[in-house]
Amino acid sequence: MRIIFKTSYLQDIKLFKHSGYFFWYGILLATVLAAPAVLDEFYIGEMAFIYIYAIAGLGLMIPVGFTGLPSLGHAAFMAIGAYAHGYFLSKGFPFIISIALAGLMGFSIGALITIPLKRMTGIYFAIASLAFAIIVEEIIAHWKSVTGGLGGMSVDMPVIFGFELESTWHFYFLCLAVLLAVLYCTINLIRSPSGRAFVAIRDSEISAESMGINLSIYKIKSFAISGCFTGLAGALFAHRLYFLTPDTFNFLLSIQLLMMVVVGGLGTIHGAIFGAIFVGLLPQAIAIAKDYLPPSIGEFPGMEPGLFGIIMVLFIIFEPMGLYGRWLKLKLYLQMFPLYRKATFKRQKTYLKTERVQ
Amino acid sequence: MTFFKTENISIDFGGIRAVNDVSFEVEKGTIFTIVGPNGAGKTTIFNIISRIYNLTEGRITFEEKDITHLPAHQVVNLGIARTFQNIELFDHATVLHNLLIGRHIYCRSTFFSDLLFLPSVKRMELKHRRIVEDVIDFLDLQHYRDQLIQNLPYGVRKVVELGRALCTEPKLLLLDEPASGLNVDETEDMSFWIDDIKKLLDITVIMVEHNMNLVSQVSDHVLAINYGEVLAQGSPGEVQGNSDVIKAYLGEEKDA
Repeated sequence: MRIIFKTSYLQDIKLFKHSGYFFWYGILLATVLAAPAVLDEFYIGEMAFIYIYAIAGLGLMIPVGFTGLPSLGHAAFMAIGAYAHGYFLSKGFPFIISIALAGLMGFSIGALITIPLKRMTGIYFAIASLAFAIIVEEIIAHWKSVTGGLGGMSVDMPVIFGFELESTWHFYFLCLAVLLAVLYCTINLIRSPSGRAFVAIRDSEISAESMGINLSIYKIKSFAISGCFTGLAGALFAHRLYFLTPDTFNFLLSIQLLMMVVVGGLGTIHGAIFGAIFVGLLPQAIAIAKDYLPPSIGEFPGMEPGLFGIIMVLFIIFEPMGLYGRWLKLKLYLQMFPLYRKATFKRQKTYLKTERVQ
Repeated sequence: MTFFKTENISIDFGGIRAVNDVSFEVEKGTIFTIVGPNGAGKTTIFNIISRIYNLTEGRITFEEKDITHLPAHQVVNLGIARTFQNIELFDHATVLHNLLIGRHIYCRSTFFSDLLFLPSVKRMELKHRRIVEDVIDFLDLQHYRDQLIQNLPYGVRKVVELGRALCTEPKLLLLDEPASGLNVDETEDMSFWIDDIKKLLDITVIMVEHNMNLVSQVSDHVLAINYGEVLAQGSPGEVQGNSDVIKAYLGEEKDA
């Protein structure tokens, strides 16, 4: 087991806590960079899809996991990002500006929507955000001149500085680059004063306020940056879909996003990534499982959303810290072998803090 | 000039008048204690001062500034920090993290420099860390620095909460039952710290406390209230000997 000897205050705010991090994250980065050279095109596409989910997951993790604002409406931000990007591209904006505008749209709508919602907590906030998502879906369906309404809207091929991103691996690297940028910003945010304020609001609004944190401003900031990241994910999602229709961004997508952060592990950055991998792979796993199940079960309608629900409930009951919590336990087991005790994590139960009413 | 003053403060919750016409003055550099039976309105007065409740009537001034209508999150900017009776720490964060939130009002970075963690943010973080470390040394919390609050025993949490309030570098510290739930040794420690806070850090303290031993050890001035009204004011000895106060705590004799 590694014992870290601290000699400087910088050690606590560094990006990589020690050389071991450099080594393992270096290997991980090398693997994802080398993947397109090795893997089949289908898998590259699926990995790009997971990256898009991870970007949205990081976006959702900031309000849900760190600030304690449970959102049931994040599909709306993906829709806003996707449609804004599609619209600006069709008007001839260059790719970089168009995707930046999509992020900006998410940011400003996220900020605006939080102004009426900022006094709500817990389940009330969740329901209000759900209402917001439904409104956005309806607006998209009816605003035909911009969104194409129910008829849909096609999205142009991404072109960066005259270079056409036509093959799957081009798109893969685009998604990876955005993911790394969003990841870097999220980590920075969490280790900075703003991130501390978010966590303070999540754990105790009353004492956060008496420590001088302006609750409304920080809730707005949290939701705005979340809207921005989710909007970026939506813009990339648009390229994967090629053709946008309002019903892509329905309630089920919001649930999928929420499930991602809950299953991954609330309140951790790793959790968003683990959750994205899980949610990205689950439909594939279901598709494979269907082949082996008797047709009466395999062809049962609504199996996927049903499974999502069951998995979410099981995680909340048996592993509230999510996949990341499982991973921490596994890591500790290996580090402490053979001295690991099961009770080590007993007291560290965590749950969605937003249940709490002052 | 009076350091801190409340003038005829009253507050109604529906039909109930929880605090009625309470006035008191606190001099700089003293320890002022509010005592009273359960439900007397002590914590309500604290919540009024830290602007969590809105006054029905009256006025509060701090260093000649009227703070009656200040938003709750700006009270700490003036130099008034508080602790809570039922410990309101950030449970899923470390002790260090909790203390750093005490430095929040001095963190002057913009949201976008935070996103990029610019060198200016880093410099500022290191500066605040140094101040937090001073508080850690003052309260002997070195051992707990990287532990999550939820894994700490109750006594230590009380000290962390005191530390978080000290990190805001207050001029006036409101302590809501600093010794409740502490054992004899911990209460002793707390009384030394409160004394040190007054003498070494030059901070004025208003505290609510039930432990009369602690009250008479550290306070300079005591205010006794019951049913939201002032019973007596004066030195600890005077208040303890006051017949109204004795009546409020012990009841009247039958033949009286």
